[in-house]
Amino acid sequence: MMKTMNDSKLPPSRVAKHIDALPNSGIRDFFELVMTMDDVISLGVGEPDFVTPWGIREATIYSLEKGHTSYTSNLGLLSLRQAVCRYVKENYSVSYDPVQECIITVGVSEALDLILRALLEPGDEVVYHEPCYVSYPACIQMAQAIPVPVTTKQENNFSLVADELRQKVTPKTKVVLLNFPNNPTGAVLTCDQKSEIAKIAVDNDLIVITDEIYSELTYEDQCKSIAAFPGMKNRTVFLHGFSKAYAMTGYRIGYACGPKDLIDAMMKIHQYSMLCASIMGQEAALEALQHGKNDRELMKSEYLMRRNLIVKRFNSLNLTCVNPQGAFYVYPNISSTGLDSDFFAKSLLQEKNVAVVPGTAFGNHGKNYIRCSYAVSIDDIELAMTRISEFISEV
Amino acid sequence: MEKKEKILELLQKNARLTTSELSERLNIDIEEIESIIKRCETENIIRGYYTLINEDNYHIKKVRALIEVSIRPERDGGFDRTARNIGKFPEVTDVMLISGNCDLQLIVVGENLNDVANFVAQKLAPLDGVLSTRTHFILKKYKEAGFQFENDEDYERLKITP
Ligand SMILES: Cc1ncc(COP(=O)(O)O)c(C=O)c1O
Repeated sequence: MMKTMNDSKLPPSRVAKHIDALPNSGIRDFFELVMTMDDVISLGVGEPDFVTPWGIREATIYSLEKGHTSYTSNLGLLSLRQAVCRYVKENYSVSYDPVQECIITVGVSEALDLILRALLEPGDEVVYHEPCYVSYPACIQMAQAIPVPVTTKQENNFSLVADELRQKVTPKTKVVLLNFPNNPTGAVLTCDQKSEIAKIAVDNDLIVITDEIYSELTYEDQCKSIAAFPGMKNRTVFLHGFSKAYAMTGYRIGYACGPKDLIDAMMKIHQYSMLCASIMGQEAALEALQHGKNDRELMKSEYLMRRNLIVKRFNSLNLTCVNPQGAFYVYPNISSTGLDSDFFAKSLLQEKNVAVVPGTAFGNHGKNYIRCSYAVSIDDIELAMTRISEFISEV
Repeated sequence: MEKKEKILELLQKNARLTTSELSERLNIDIEEIESIIKRCETENIIRGYYTLINEDNYHIKKVRALIEVSIRPERDGGFDRTARNIGKFPEVTDVMLISGNCDLQLIVVGENLNDVANFVAQKLAPLDGVLSTRTHFILKKYKEAGFQFENDEDYERLKITP
């Protein structure tokens, strides 16, 4: 479209260019629309439907009762860092020093922002995979670096193919950002895939940031973290948190483990910008690590049943859907309906009061996909699927 | 976990799940589920199915008592024969052998207080082998068989989150 005279008279933006350039989150727009409607069954949620297990909530109350309402060390409570490092060693086969190689953050969200800002300079490139969590490209841009997406494909179960990653690596590439199990596809990496990606990182002297926030929700055999592969510990930053596995999204507690120099750099930013994560949250997180395993397993077995149900339903509607091996999302292909995902999601919401998130929210190649969360009760899944089936038969 | 365990775990929480619902959730063929359930029933692993009623919200309220019973063990069979005989009364809904101050713990149900008191005085206490009883009337139930009788207030999450 031609620019009108009026447009050119708009005052120049006062907002920094790299912030001005950030796209609005696709999810936000959709959220505004959903908010105007009643009786919506939502498969659009990215957080557990479970309330935080009572034992953890009770520990939070106890923490308040004891009057633990102060700041903590910038790095976080040492007792929590010790428990975190023990847990990471036991479950991901890589050991970190709780004093020098671990920092407690305000969710993985903060940890991701810290490490990107700590590492990147203008012009640096970060290779990541799409579809991905909505924040990735934006956080890379906020760190003034260049997001370079690799598209993961349905025919590869949305896993990251090492050769396709290798093709995106240039002399400017500094970081590879991974998230498996993946939001929005539920894809995981096999041990072989991790090994190949690790090799690319070593050969090209890259730093790997691995966001393993969904790792407990892995339904088949789980491979150790990429940080545990040869040559990787010193070039990997392992991000994790309590939001998903322990249904603690509102607590806002995450952590990063990595080589001392990088944790130090993250700590520098964190101490000036955040100071520390909330102490009640940290004490609750400690309780989760010490006594939360049973609750965690119960929630996981519930997710697994829901996954089996929803995958079967989607496939029976000819919205083909790979059987996701982790997280709590399915990412069905809607091309058999002839609709693009934005239109599909909007019409489904308006006609059948079911909310799903269009694949376009998660990257450029999402127009044939929708993300449906199964962090939703079985009854709601059944109802939503019935309505989706009606919707499809009517298009 | 074995298929049988998975099925029983789900049925224990919700006996009304149909075999097709079980099949979809567990990814096990319906025929196989049916045969596993059948086998559990014949092997007396599944003993029955019942409905948990929250009588606080129901116009028919029964009176229940938790009764501790001391009994005389027998040379052959210990507590079993007396325990089984006590269980034969329809008023007795639960019979458990327990450790501690007494031997058995029962739950006894009646239409009213008198019913239960009469049952204890006329049926239970005189029974051969019963040495003493202590009756505690149940005033209110908060949780049974894993079900909380009152839910927390509803709390709605955001409908769309990243
Ligand atoms: C892949 C991924 N990383 C990070 C986050 C943010 O997690 P936290 O609550 O720890 O900030 C999410 C939340 O949806 C996510 O899906």
